[in-house]
Amino acid sequence: MRASLFITCYNDTLFPETGRAVVRLLERLGVELEFDPRQTCCGQMHANTGFRIEAFCQAKRFVKLYREAETVVIPSSSCVAMIRDQYPGLFDELGDESLRREFAALLPKIYELSEFLIDRLGVEDVGAYFPHRVTYHASCHSLRGLHVGDRPMRLLSKVRGLELIPLANMDRCCGFGGTFSIKNAEVSSAMLAAKMQDVLATRAEYCTALDNSCLMHLGGAMHRQYAAMRTIHLAQILCATEGAKPEEVA
Amino acid sequence: MSTSYTGHPVLDPRFAPPFPTAALPVLRNPQLRKNVAHATDVIQTKRARLVAEKSDWQQLRTTAAAIRSHALDHLGDYLEEFETRCTAAGGKVHWASDAAEARAIIVELLRQEQASEVIKIKTMTSAEIQLNPAIEAAGIHAYETDLAELILQLGEDEPSHIVVPALHVNRSQVREIFARRMGLKDLPDDPKALTAAARNYLRQKFLTIPTAISGANFLIAETGSVAIVESEGNGRMCLTLPRTLITLAGIEKVLPRFSDLEVMLQLLARSATGERMSPYTSLWTGVTPGDGPERFHVVLLDNGRSPILARPTERQTLRCIRCAACLNTCPVYRQTGGHAYGSVYPGPIGAILTPQLMQMRRAQSLPYASSLCGACYDVCPVKIEIPKVLLELRSQVVNQERRSIAQFGDFMFIGMKAANMIFGGARRFRAAQWLGRLALRPFTRKDGWIHNLPSLGSKWTQTRDLRGLPDQSFRQWWAARGKEER
Repeated sequence: MRASLFITCYNDTLFPETGRAVVRLLERLGVELEFDPRQTCCGQMHANTGFRIEAFCQAKRFVKLYREAETVVIPSSSCVAMIRDQYPGLFDELGDESLRREFAALLPKIYELSEFLIDRLGVEDVGAYFPHRVTYHASCHSLRGLHVGDRPMRLLSKVRGLELIPLANMDRCCGFGGTFSIKNAEVSSAMLAAKMQDVLATRAEYCTALDNSCLMHLGGAMHRQYAAMRTIHLAQILCATEGAKPEEVA
Repeated sequence: MSTSYTGHPVLDPRFAPPFPTAALPVLRNPQLRKNVAHATDVIQTKRARLVAEKSDWQQLRTTAAAIRSHALDHLGDYLEEFETRCTAAGGKVHWASDAAEARAIIVELLRQEQASEVIKIKTMTSAEIQLNPAIEAAGIHAYETDLAELILQLGEDEPSHIVVPALHVNRSQVREIFARRMGLKDLPDDPKALTAAARNYLRQKFLTIPTAISGANFLIAETGSVAIVESEGNGRMCLTLPRTLITLAGIEKVLPRFSDLEVMLQLLARSATGERMSPYTSLWTGVTPGDGPERFHVVLLDNGRSPILARPTERQTLRCIRCAACLNTCPVYRQTGGHAYGSVYPGPIGAILTPQLMQMRRAQSLPYASSLCGACYDVCPVKIEIPKVLLELRSQVVNQERRSIAQFGDFMFIGMKAANMIFGGARRFRAAQWLGRLALRPFTRKDGWIHNLPSLGSKWTQTRDLRGLPDQSFRQWWAARGKEER
């Protein structure tokens, strides 16, 4: 199977290890990956801050780049939610008929990583080995945007050696919210503090999620507080195998 | 400081500070945040249990949304039908285009009654039009009879929640307010004693004051009836004992048919207070000789609602039935409470309703008072897509800024324009990654983390570290890997 990887702008810049993990994981599962270096951003930051014209430019760019793709995999649920929930409105308002048609054809081929593994590849056990205590934070966009349900849990439960520790108030926002964390920095920090209480109470070694944006927020607080916990994207756990080099995983 | 936590909260969007500023005093008050979190947790837990026992909850939501949408689509017709039926049943309907007109109508009605005092049922709409100060200015004293509203009135405080207005006041504060204002020096602070004190205080008012003001949960077009749900029985008193009743209602409150209540009441009580049914559901139609008020007036208030009807995305805002489930589930409200919103309508619904009622000329910080987590939509009994409306309003705020000189001094605005240019092409994006790495290097410590950033970046680093940019982006790794394979 062939798939195009849309890595997302912040994974590309800030979390290349997540991208590398996605590549190793999917190639191990027999997927032939393509990466178009012309890709940049899906437009989420602009759309969520109210810059709709700018968001439209990036949305249009995304559709033009991927209209030929067989399947698109995106290791970020908030970017997928942007495409599914906000592109239609943007294209209705600012796009033309041919763009709407191209997007309609592209939409069903777009998958978030856990959706791709379970719905497209039909695997839950990806052969991973990660002998650590892990807790899972259900990011808002994966939970209420994409409705991924228990897909990430099913994937994690098949990882050998992994002990999954339940997180209290798993569905409550960490307070990141993109530019919300800057525009309302104090409120965002208060939400983060509340989230961190629940996260640290798990005494897990790692907190994982489908979004590096939430994990950047939680990880930033963990580092500030000298917490004995780290963040790790789900792709990196699923990529880990027995004897893998640890620097490639975490 | 006994009544409010930082002087008097400002709930007038014309004068309130922006949300991030107004939130600060609350964030520095851990006891208050604890009160809010505890109270909302209690309601949410009860709500979740009762929602779970309804197997048709999602169908109820869909039906309720359809009923409310239909009513709004034909609002003019249903309001006229309501006026006709209500008038035929002996009521008198008044139309008020804005707050000033509504206040003037009500003050004039009270003058005709030669009232020197009036009793009130909790009504957010009267707070919206700032009715009490207008009544007082006319020399008439208004007594709030809802327990929470009474606490706020005596404590000279403002509501912080739509359903539980004194959510932010704790028991010992209530005791202090009652002891001081009712002259009860030795009042204990147990709930029973406090309730008894309020009851003694209010019972006299119910029995002696012949004029009442209420809001409305629903207006029924088909029958001309008005419906109110409440928990304390004070409403039932106000609706039955006085000689004259004045009801103030927003024009959006109308339901087409009496049977629509079957759907709405199932949703409202469960969503608002976590009860299967509200303890008191009162319905009345015009006047009935020998039974209840002899004179009945309804004041229908527009006050910025009609322009919302004309906008396809925002129109759903007016479906709201004021259950406040969105407040209780909101992680932002949980930290800030209600006063930070600078409006009588706080929380997610307030963040979309208030700026619209102000024609987007005020309260522009409110559409940004959300992390867009979507929890509000999930619980909304009439399926208002609050995140979608927030985004629409944000875009209107940005479009205002595009036409203003302020954009040139706003780092966020400049950054967004720059980012748009950068994302427009891969070469520009690569150059920006390289530049970013270079620019952040002086701030990156030996452990690879950034602890302090200047300007807007300090908003992040005030509570969070940031990992320094890795030396190799993903795209660089991919390109290098390709070369190795070749």
